[in-house]
Amino acid sequence: MSVSSVSQDIASHLGSAPEISAAYFVAGLLGTVTFLTVMALILIYAERKVAAHFQCRLGPMRVGWHGLLQSVADALKLILKEDIVPYSADKFLHALAPVFAVVAMLLSLIAIPTSSRLALSDSNIGVLYISAVSGLGVLGILLGGWSSNNKWSLLGAMRAGAQIISYELSATLSVLVVIMLSGSLKLSAIIHSQEAGWWIWRAPGVGLLAFLLFIVSSTAEINRTPFDLAEGESELTAGFHTEYSGMRFAFFFLAEYLNLFVVSALGATLFLGGWMPFHIGNFSGFNAAMDLIPEFIWFMGKTAFLIFLSMWFRWTFPRLRVDQLMKLEWKVLMPIGFINLLLAAMMTLFGFYFFATT
Amino acid sequence: MEYIFVLPIIVVGILLVFGSLLLSRLLAPHNPGPVKNDIYECGEKTIGSAWIQFNVGFYLFGLIFLVFDVEAAFLFPWATVIRETGLMGLAEVIAFVVILLIGLGYAWRKGVLEWV
Repeated sequence: MSVSSVSQDIASHLGSAPEISAAYFVAGLLGTVTFLTVMALILIYAERKVAAHFQCRLGPMRVGWHGLLQSVADALKLILKEDIVPYSADKFLHALAPVFAVVAMLLSLIAIPTSSRLALSDSNIGVLYISAVSGLGVLGILLGGWSSNNKWSLLGAMRAGAQIISYELSATLSVLVVIMLSGSLKLSAIIHSQEAGWWIWRAPGVGLLAFLLFIVSSTAEINRTPFDLAEGESELTAGFHTEYSGMRFAFFFLAEYLNLFVVSALGATLFLGGWMPFHIGNFSGFNAAMDLIPEFIWFMGKTAFLIFLSMWFRWTFPRLRVDQLMKLEWKVLMPIGFINLLLAAMMTLFGFYFFATT
Repeated sequence: MEYIFVLPIIVVGILLVFGSLLLSRLLAPHNPGPVKNDIYECGEKTIGSAWIQFNVGFYLFGLIFLVFDVEAAFLFPWATVIRETGLMGLAEVIAFVVILLIGLGYAWRKGVLEWV
């Protein structure tokens, strides 16, 4: 099959419901892997640069223009590193753990719609699907920590397990608010429901509170500072991946950064309108001007903003203690989540939000 | 049709990890040794195994989580059709959630949520 016919094939499938065809299939898989690799390289570079500038340093400068190729060099280095597996570790589970982390991340990545015409797996239970498959990620961490037969790893993995499952609850409670308001589990339908305005401001108070809940609990779910107790360099060496080196470590790292992308993209989709341009009700002139910016740019811009916010947190908040972490979730975030859910239910039932009729 | 990519992407993920491990095995040095492949304990000799009995607190959190996660699974369909079920549906869900919250209150009172 020639290149032009492949591209025609893809173009014809981007329109409505995609039919199965070999070219579409291969293009989808290759596209996902390419996107994943490029995004990981960009995110790691961005993390280092942002961190450096927060600390008045320059960050990577030597490899390529302003260190642009630094992550490529790091990836090469990791491939050339010796692969060390402890003799007393459970070899099979030790190898399986990064697979779980990567597969869970890939499964949630394909469900995110990046523009109105490009969504690999836009199922009618999209939100439920993402919360289900992202739960697989915790298995990778638990398996990796336990199979290493290392005390640091075990402690880190158990902490991570308790933390991730706890914060999943308040993340779900905040997501339910958006599901109520939009009346659908399908991600593209949720985006379409935000045509008159994003849920973060259209539902007064409730949307913003749900968004804040989502940001806090998703930061905890992907083990980022201030909730990085699973790794806690100053107390647990490297936490659950203490015994991982070379490419095995690289895949945990990759999954961690892509998970950052996935939760930011999900937050952007649910609360900030995904690829939907910024619209205000029926102000058609303003809305038309906003439509000039391509959808993909809107989506990536919102996601990049949330990613930057997460990197900003990292250099602003000190790490929590384990007991504080559990207290925050079960005694603060969960009750707030339930009250917020009740308020959102009332608002939805009485149509008490902006542009309720549109 | 929407799930057509689910199985292939799992295969791609598995191939990605094991393919890179194979590539790394071909390119990287490989000299295992009893000291190098020992469990890392800050340079000291490894003492005992890590596969031991563990703090029961994690298990209790797991149990509470299970209850509320199943509850969330019931809330998903309700949240989707909230406009059809109306106030009656809301009242039923409040009754359902309150029963579970009594359980959480009991656990809270018993000190399960305190980390020891």
